[in-house]
Amino acid sequence: MITVDSACLGFSHGGATLPVLHDISFAVAECDSCAVIGPSGCGKTSLLFLLAGLLRPDRGVVEVVGQEQSGMILQNYGLFPWKTVAENVGLGLVLRGAARKTVAATVERLLGEMGLSGFGGHFPGQLSGGMQQRVAMARALAVEPRILFMDEPLSSLDALTRERLQNLIAEVWLGKRITMVLVTHSIEEAVFLGRRIVVLGGRPGRVLRLVDNPEAGGSDYRDSDVFFHRCVLLRQILKGEGDGPET
Amino acid sequence: MGRKRDIALAAVVLLVLWEVAALALGSMALPQPWQVAVDTARRLADGSLLDDLAISTLRALAGIALALATAVPLGLMVGAEEGLRRRLSPYIYLLYPVPHVVLLPLIIILFGIGEFSKIFLIALIVFFQILVTTRDAAKNIHRNYYLAIETLGASRLQVYRHVILPATLPKILTAMRISIGTAVAILFFVESFATTRGLGYIIMDSWGRADYVALYSGISAMAALGFCLYLLLDRLERRLCLWTLSH
Repeated sequence: MITVDSACLGFSHGGATLPVLHDISFAVAECDSCAVIGPSGCGKTSLLFLLAGLLRPDRGVVEVVGQEQSGMILQNYGLFPWKTVAENVGLGLVLRGAARKTVAATVERLLGEMGLSGFGGHFPGQLSGGMQQRVAMARALAVEPRILFMDEPLSSLDALTRERLQNLIAEVWLGKRITMVLVTHSIEEAVFLGRRIVVLGGRPGRVLRLVDNPEAGGSDYRDSDVFFHRCVLLRQILKGEGDGPET
Repeated sequence: MGRKRDIALAAVVLLVLWEVAALALGSMALPQPWQVAVDTARRLADGSLLDDLAISTLRALAGIALALATAVPLGLMVGAEEGLRRRLSPYIYLLYPVPHVVLLPLIIILFGIGEFSKIFLIALIVFFQILVTTRDAAKNIHRNYYLAIETLGASRLQVYRHVILPATLPKILTAMRISIGTAVAILFFVESFATTRGLGYIIMDSWGRADYVALYSGISAMAALGFCLYLLLDRLERRLCLWTLSH
């Protein structure tokens, strides 16, 4: 369960405080998914870092049950180029002191699930963007998180790969019954993956609207009229906000 | 294979240029390469050059090892820990440009005229080159890597082990490469006083006796020593920084 109540955040810059997030309130139920969308620079990533415990709010409350059991996929994946794919995936377990056999078995299973069998000995720099994204997901899942935070995980991929990986994320979310929070600047991605959509406006970032989207993650959802209308709704809410997200 | 061929070709070109210069100059101050080769082979055969080569190698390696053992941990910490960097950087700025070689009299007073003062001077000069490069490399590690490992729950020691050290390793090896040249040059200086062993001594002694063939034997052996250290470092880099070669 995630509860954010009247949270405010500012960054100190040259002696002054620059407000980043203002009066943010929303909640995400356990095993639910939430997409945060808004124009560039509206504080989406800062909000995600608040939820992940990497930042603390200046005012208000951020309560995340199971935060200590969370995984995160960063923008540009945050893979370590000096570690092989298998070492990247198993790192979370190694840091927790897991036995070598357990690490190897988990890595093999996850690489299989992500369609990366046979790539364990490669370095991230030898893989395509889509494959690197799957490695990042396998790494986050290796520690069996209760919550998965994702910061624009698909932003640098082509449309087709992106759609395939959106399906994979939905499968992981529904199959493993985890809570998922995704930051994106793609309206379609937010509508496909967020059962609850937090629409932020800038600056400072504030909640423009909370949109319920119960059909999210459904295999045929993209082809439905509801999907189309919800995309139109988000576009209308965001119209005139900053640079505007992509459609 | 191509690299070996290029090195062999460069060696042949340099030998030809040396031969041409020796013939053109017609001076005993620049003997022909074959004369030096014969003298070197004779000294190697009777074992005299091997002794001097061995002692010079040990002095250079000990100096570099001492510098590495102190400069790398300090450089990593000064680069990665902001508080430490703020406090120690002014000292590095002030001490780095000092021509440390002039401290030789002080070093002799402190440590005597034995082996350690020679090794210490090499280490002192190489120390700052490695320290500054390592500090800058650690300071410039991308924030994403820290975020990625923090979200996996790493301790500070684990951050050093899995991020800071491997991320800076290629730069540390570059610093070592530069340091080898410096160490060999300083080796000549430290072996030109208070010793009767080492390649530097051979060079100075032959110079004093106007035995130019022996002088160039010493110079060639010193160049060979630097070359072998470079090759050793290349091998080390291929083993430790596999990912940089994998693209």
